[in-house]
This record gives sequence, structure tokens and C-alpha cells, in this order.
Amino acid sequence: MTIFMNGNLYLWLIPLLPFAGFLFNGLLGSRLPKWIVSTVALLAPLAALGLVVNAAWLLSSTNPPLLPYIETCPNPWITTASLHIDFSFVLDQLSLVMLLVVTGVGFLIHVYSVGYMKHEEGYWRFFAYMNLFMFFMTVLVLAGNALVMFVGWEGVGLASYLLIGFYFEKKSAADAGKKAFIVNRIGDFGFLIGMFLLLANFGTLTFAEIGTQLNANPAWQGGVLTVISLCLMLGAAGKSAQLPLYIWLPDAMEGPTPVSALIHAATMVTAGVYMVARTHVLFDHSPFALGVVATVGVATALFAATIGLVQNDIKRVLAYSTISQLGYMFLACGVAAYSAGIFHLVTHAFFKALLFLAAGSVIHAVGGEQDLRKMGGLWKKLPVTFAVTTVGILAIAGFFPFAGFFSKDAILYAAFQQGTSGKVLWTVGLLTALLTSFYMFRLWYMAFLGKPRSETGHHHATPFSMLGPLVILAVLSIGGGWVGIERFSAYLAPSTGARVAEAAGGNLELILSIVAVAVALLGWFIAHLFYSQQPERPAELAAAMPMGYKLLANKYYVDEIYGALVVKPLLAISKFFLEWVVDVAILGGVAWLLGGVATLTGAILQRWQSGNLRSYAAWLSAGAAALLLYVLVPWATVLASLSAIHFGVAGH
Amino acid sequence: MNSLLTQEVPLTWYLLLSAVLFALGVVGFLIKRNLITVFMSIELMLNAVNLSFVTFAHQWHQVKGQIFVFFVMMVAAAEAAVGLAIIIAVFRARATLAVDRIDLMKL
Repeated sequence: MTIFMNGNLYLWLIPLLPFAGFLFNGLLGSRLPKWIVSTVALLAPLAALGLVVNAAWLLSSTNPPLLPYIETCPNPWITTASLHIDFSFVLDQLSLVMLLVVTGVGFLIHVYSVGYMKHEEGYWRFFAYMNLFMFFMTVLVLAGNALVMFVGWEGVGLASYLLIGFYFEKKSAADAGKKAFIVNRIGDFGFLIGMFLLLANFGTLTFAEIGTQLNANPAWQGGVLTVISLCLMLGAAGKSAQLPLYIWLPDAMEGPTPVSALIHAATMVTAGVYMVARTHVLFDHSPFALGVVATVGVATALFAATIGLVQNDIKRVLAYSTISQLGYMFLACGVAAYSAGIFHLVTHAFFKALLFLAAGSVIHAVGGEQDLRKMGGLWKKLPVTFAVTTVGILAIAGFFPFAGFFSKDAILYAAFQQGTSGKVLWTVGLLTALLTSFYMFRLWYMAFLGKPRSETGHHHATPFSMLGPLVILAVLSIGGGWVGIERFSAYLAPSTGARVAEAAGGNLELILSIVAVAVALLGWFIAHLFYSQQPERPAELAAAMPMGYKLLANKYYVDEIYGALVVKPLLAISKFFLEWVVDVAILGGVAWLLGGVATLTGAILQRWQSGNLRSYAAWLSAGAAALLLYVLVPWATVLASLSAIHFGVAGH
Repeated sequence: MNSLLTQEVPLTWYLLLSAVLFALGVVGFLIKRNLITVFMSIELMLNAVNLSFVTFAHQWHQVKGQIFVFFVMMVAAAEAAVGLAIIIAVFRARATLAVDRIDLMKL
């Protein structure tokens, strides 16, 4: 209790409980039976969830604690002459919403994992890493300043790396882990530079103080604020898999499916959106940075959706849809509709976690098969999974009254409000919605409907620990959006600012939502046509446009382009620099020089050690003679007489 | 003539003789190949030193130098016994006494 100033919300316990779970399972788990490992691993996020719910309940009581509610470690974290950083946690509307999502969805996925990972090697290791992730994610969300957030930010990256590479015997998994980590480093570089600039310009990293300074000086626009915002956006793009740093996320699907659901769909990848919302005051003071955020977001949304059209791996389809949906969130942030972005973050966490877990249930049932082309007709064998996937797909496609409808509608509406450029953003967003609906229903038809396309032996029954979270998430995917953007936005206003664009818009909003639903229906219809009515059509279409199809199937060759432009030159330079300059020239040179000196000296000195007794005696006598000469000859007199002769000659 | 007989031989002469004998010993030691000659050169050096010991003992009227000479003669006699025995053994083994053919120190 003495670690943080005592308060009745116990924020510091929220990250610490999962950390205790991590320590317990990480240190002892390998020697304990599975039921103890799972009990501890489940209790930790459950207790954290309980604390968050308790905080939410206290805040809605008659005499609530004031928000933002701050807990600071009484011992300063970093103190120098010009720099003072506390380890502080902040609970406000934004972090409360985010915490509910992280701990709630996180707990459900932990429950699901108990069933999903039952027969895996390293069961304890999996849960230790999952708890570690929960620890860092809650630190990230609760962070009161950028440095604490950075701790969580790096920590979730570590947990992500460990979990992507969970099957580390598999080279592709180990490589995917490394790729995720390295690509994220590029983003972290931006975050770090952003922090340095914040320190240089504001003298503090505390979000609240930065907000106060900026609000006191409303005329301060652009300039260094644009640079800071863009640096932070680079960090966000790395963590949230936006252009041009999205390439790690599809590969991250090498991890176990619950990991994809928790880290690479529901929570960690949304950290970038959360960070932009958290530092929104900076972005608000830089229209250019906002424009970049919106452009990156909408471009990523469309780009990833087009790739998603032709993927055949069920998890990769979902991965690209995640990237695309994250693009929507950044689009929302880019048009300064932060609460709409967070709203979509929340609903997306529900339906995408649901879709991933359902996909995991499918993969589990068909014995590890992930290729959509080998599935089909699963609705009979997996009725519950089929039902919840349908809910998830309706939600992501944006059908009324599912959760995704409300949030996506809010984003598109906010974008539409932004003048001429907003119309472009809206159009691209709408096109993305069409593509989203199409590829999600494509997945639906290919996996669940039609006839089974291959005999996959026996089907496992899905255990209740997996079905329970699916049903709860399905309910959330239906009802999660009913709160409506108006109320949600109003609730978040103290954290993210209130904007006219997010208020209800009457007829215009109604028309836009009807258009959005119509577009989603159109996507469904095309998918129905292609994958149910005329199953030969997709192949014909692909044959008709071989270039376009190949481009999409190979994901625009982005990995190859990066490989040729960045990785290979970097490897070549490193190889040249490290192998030839550092290793051969510098290290080898020094070693060679030292060795050479020793060899040379030895070569000279060894001549004295001939082993010939008489030569030793000769040297001995020569030495004695030299000493005698030195002692007996009166050198001073000799030298004096010599110089006298010299000067005598000169005198003549 | 008379004066030559009655006059004492100066100290320097003895010392010079000693130095010359010593130098002869050193040179013999260094340049001779026959092991017995080398051995004799060592004896020569020892006796050159003995001469200077006696000279200084006489000069300073101290008996220590002369005692030292007896020690050296005793050690030299012992050494001669051992050394000659070794030389005979070496000759039996190698059928030569050339020092550069019996330099066993070199592997």
C-alpha cells in the first residue's frame, strides 16, 4: 500500500496482479499441474477486471472520485536538474473505457485459451506471456505521461514478440516474431524522437501538463507541433500496423489464435489509436499532422481491404481486415473525431476478437487447417461457431443494429463533415466498407456454407471454455454499439474534447447510414454471387485480370519491395561494414598487429636463445667487458679533452 | 741490477698478469672446440683470479684472501675430478670431444 499514494481505486494493483500471475507461472509453471497454472492465469486478469469494474462502479456512484484520478509513486522515478518524471497512473474517461476493453476482452480470451491451448506444449509458458501482456497493456493504458506509456508500449511489443514466436521450433513463427519486433522498432524510433521533442519544447512528458500549456496558448499552431505529431504518428503506425509499417501484422498470425485475437486484433494493435487520442491536443494544433493521420488511415483501410479480397488463409483474411479497420480508426482520429475512433476501437475489439476466436474454433475443429479452400459446409458441424461468426461478420460489415454499424457510421459521418477533402475520405471509406463486406462474406461462404471441399478426418467437439467467451463476445458484438456515438462522445468529452462533427446530424446522418448499409448489402450480394451462385466466377475473373489478381495475391509485392529496397541493402551494408570494416579491418587488424609485434620481437629475441653454451658465454663476456669499459674509463675526462681538442681546432 | 732484486714487484704487474691470464682463459673457453682445452681454460681463469686474491692479500696484509685461494683450489680439484669423469663418459658415448657436437642443451 505504500508503493503508491493510498487511494480507494487501487490503480496500481490493476497491472500488478497480472504481473504477479506472470511471475508465478513463469517461474513455477513448468512444474505445476495445468489446473493450477490456468487458475492463476485466469484469476489475475479477472481480479484486474474486477478492480476496473469497481472503479467504474465507484465513478457512477452518487459521490464519485474526481476525474482524472491520478496515482503517483511517491518516490520520483527520474530526477535531474532539468527533468522530473514520476511513475504515475491516470484514470480518466478514456483510460477507463480502454481498461474495460483490455481487461474484459482479455479475460474472455484467457478463458478461451484454456480450452484452445489444452493440448499444447508449453501451456504454462503461454499463460505466463499472456499475463505479462496484460501487465504491460494496462501500464500503457493507465500511463500518466509519455515515458510510462513507452514502458508499456515496449512491453506489449515484447509480449507480442514472445507470443508470435510461441511455436519457436517453427522457423516461420520465429521469423514472424523477429519481423514484428524489428518493424515496431522503426515506429518506436518515432515515438522516442517525439518524446525528446516534447521534453525540449514543453519540459514535461505528462499529458495533462502538455494539454494545459497548449490550451493556454491557442495561437501556437503547426511548426514543431507538426513534427512532434508526425513522430508520434510514426510510432502509432508501427504499433497499429498502418502504412507503411503494417507488414508485420499478417505474419504475426503465426502465433496461436487466441494471441491473434487478444494482441493482434483487440488490444495491442489499437494502442496507436489510443496514443493518438491520448495526445490529441498536439494533433489538434497541427492541421497538417491531422491530414496525414487521416490520409494514412484511409489509405491503409483501402489498401489492406483489397489484399484481403484474395487471401485464402482464414487468419490472414482477418489480419488484413484488422489492418483495414485500424485504418478506419486513424481516419476518425485524422478528422479529429477521436471519440468515434475510440468507439470503433471498442466495437472492433468485440467483433474482431469474436471473429478470431471463432476462426480458432474452426481451426481447432478441423485439425489445424487454415486454408479456406479446404473448408466448407462447416455450419452443420459447428452450429454455435457458425452463429457467432455470422454475428461477427454482420458487425464488421456494418449492418444495423450490430455494433460495427454505429461506430463505422460515426467515423464516415465525421469524415463527411470535413469539407471537400472529407468527401474524398468518405468515398474511400465507403469503398472500403464495400470491400470489407465482400471479403468477410466470402470467408463466410467459403468456410461455413456449400459442401465440404475436403475430408478432414474427425472433428473435435468445441469445449465450453471456448464456447462461453464466443457467446459473450457475440452478445457484445450485437449490443456493444447501442450506447450510440452521441452518448459515448459526450462521456469521453473531458478526455478527448467535444466536437460538433460527432453530434447527431439528423437527416444527413440517416441518409449516410442508409448508404453505408446499402453498400454493405451490395458487398454481401456480390460475395453471394461469387461464392454461392456461380462458384466459377472468381477464377474466371482472376483469369481475366491476371495482372491485377497476381498483384493482390502477392500483397502488392510490398514485402518483396521492402526486401529489395531496405532489407537487402541493409544486410549488404551490415555485411560489408560489420564483416569487412569492423571484423576484418578493425578487430582483425588490431589482432594481427599485436600478433605481428609479438612474433617479430620473438623472432629477433629468439636468436639470443640459441641453446649454444658458448654463445651465451660470449655474450656474458661481452657484457662484462662493456661494464668494465664503462666503469674503468674516466668518461668525463675523455669527453672534456675531446671537446677541448675540438674547440682548440676551431680556435685556430 | 741490485735495485731490481731488492725492489718489490709493483702491485699493478701482478694484477695485469692476472687480467691477461683471465682473458686468455676466456678466449680459450670461447674459441676452443676440444672439451679438455675448454676445461683447462676454465682452470686458467680460476687461477688468474687466485693470483689477484693473493696479490690483494699481500697488499692489505690480510689472510682472508689466501684462505679464499685454498677454498678455490679445493673446489677446483673436486670440480676437476667430476669434470674429467664427465668428459670420459661423454667421450665413451659420443666418441668425440668437439663441444659443438655434444651441445645436448639444444633439442
